[in-house]
Order: sequence, then C-alpha cells, then structure tokens
Amino acid sequence: MASRLKLFAPLALFLLLAMLLYRGLSLDPQELPSALIDQPMPAFSLPSLGDEDRTLSVADLNGEPMLLNVWATWCIACRVEHPYLQKLADEGVTIAGINYKDDSAAALQWLADLGDPYRFSVVDAAGTLGLDLGVYGAPETFFLDAKGVVRYRHVGVIDARLWTGRLKPIWDDLQGTVP
Amino acid sequence: MRALLFFAALLFAGLFIAEPGFAVIETYEFSDPALEARYHGLSQELRCPKCQNQNIADSNAPISQDLRRLVYEQLEAGSSDEEILDDMVRRYGEFVRYRPSSDGVTLWLWVLPLLLLIIGFGVMISVLRGGRAVPAAAEAVDEGKLEALLRSESSEANRE
Repeated sequence: MASRLKLFAPLALFLLLAMLLYRGLSLDPQELPSALIDQPMPAFSLPSLGDEDRTLSVADLNGEPMLLNVWATWCIACRVEHPYLQKLADEGVTIAGINYKDDSAAALQWLADLGDPYRFSVVDAAGTLGLDLGVYGAPETFFLDAKGVVRYRHVGVIDARLWTGRLKPIWDDLQGTVP
Repeated sequence: MRALLFFAALLFAGLFIAEPGFAVIETYEFSDPALEARYHGLSQELRCPKCQNQNIADSNAPISQDLRRLVYEQLEAGSSDEEILDDMVRRYGEFVRYRPSSDGVTLWLWVLPLLLLIIGFGVMISVLRGGRAVPAAAEAVDEGKLEALLRSESSEANRE
C-alpha cells in the first residue's frame, strides 16, 4: 500500500511546484518590502517648498495619520497619480509631499498648474531624506500613523482601484491611532 | 588557415584592449588607498535597489550614484564596513546585500539549498537501493492456460 502511495509523489511534487510558480506569476519582483515598516520616521530638517525660510522636521508629520508622497516633476508616473491624490485630499485625506531631487521652481509651477494636494512639501533636493526612507523609485507613498510611525509603503501610482481595494483599509486602520 | 590565425590574433588583442567592466562615472579622492580598496569591495557587495541585478558599482542609476556617495562619505568619516552595511540594510532591507546576513528569515536562503541537496541524495540512494533489493516477482504462469491461448491464436491465424 505504501509503495502504491509513493507513485503519487511526483504528482504531489508537481502540484506543489505548479502552485509556487503560479503564485510567482502574480508577484512583482520589483516591489521591495520597506525596511521602515513599524519604524519611526527618520529624522530630517529640510526647507518647505514655496517657503524656504520654514524648516520642516519629523515633528510636522506627527499628530495625525497622513500619507507621505514622494514626488518630482521629472517623474512621469507622478503626473499620472497627481489627479487622484488631489481627489483624496479633497475627500479629507491628509497628504504631505517630499519633493524628491527636483528643481523647486519647476515644482512650484507644477503645483500652480495642476493643483496642490499637499499640506506642505519637503524640499529634498539632494535626496538625503529619500535615502533614509529607502526610496528607490518615485512615486512612493508612506502611510504614517498619528505617532509618526511608518505603517505601510506603496511603490508606484495610486489609483482608484488600488485605493479602494488595498490601500483604503490600511488608511482606515490608522484612523484609530492617537498621538 | 591564415584567416583563422588572424582572427585568433584579433581575439587575443581584445584581451588587452578591453577595459575592466566598471560603469562608474564619478571618481572619489580617498585620503587613504586602503579606504579606496574597501570602497570597491563595498560597492560591489551592495545591490542597486532600482536595477535589481546590478551592484551599485556597475549601475549608473541615480540611486546607485547616491549610494556610492553615501558609502564614500561614511568611509571617510571612519565607519567600519559592518556599520556601513548595517546602515544600508536599515534603509533598504536585507535585499540590498548580495550576501545577506544569516539570521532571521534570511537564514532560509542559506539553509534551504543544503537541505534540498541532502533530501535529494536521500531520495536517490533509497531509489537505487530499492531497485536492486526487490525485483518485481513475475506472476506464476499457468502452463495449461498458456497452451490453450497459443493454440487458439494459431488456429485463428490459420483461418485467415
């Protein structure tokens, strides 16, 4: 009897492998898990876009849950994403921006032309904050809770389908947190 | 024959003409040659997060330039290799190292291939042994039945 069962071993192996490979089809190898999940936001001290005298720091990101969106005018996908961010901001989602390795004049022009969904944008001209955050491709969006702890990171464009399907539940979860 | 020789000579010359494969554009001035050696070591050990199958020494992506600058600055500031690698892992996760540390989840990366190899050998040995030890016993032949079968076959052939 046991030897009969052994005959099924190749089939079982095949099924296992097929399952693994099938799973692999729907995984994005470009997507890296963030090393910052459940870690506090790294410290920074950078000027605010449009108000260079104002220095922004981690303290400006505390107090309420918010999205931290890494964007730049050279980033085409950011332009694709922009109208949806504007819509989210209109619906009451707090969004802060990091203007990543960009020209401030061009960035201000972009916001003037396309609208400004950001409460404020941090000017990260040298990309140092981006390095600390492990940014590897704009747009990236970090979900911060009220304590300023990174809870989620999404790499790529946020659109309606992604937001309602995957991201909104995460955002809603953050609403319960208190500073 | 002469053409072949010429071709071989060309190939041979190519060995000397070819540059070592570094796509690095910027150069850094190191205060100490030892630092420079460590810089080359580290930049080949760190993986570019954007272009995933290149190390940061080979990649010309902006992110790799930033990471190279960071390595350079940290080396000049007196950080040890271990500190620099840890700092990179803190930003980008274990992914950024071509030789991930052997603890936590990444332990599986090291142990699993060995484990699979051992299991494979185990299966191979058991199959080889099993094949020799138990030859499939043929069913006992009923001589009378065989005779009858053969006879009916031959009589059918005769009729055609």
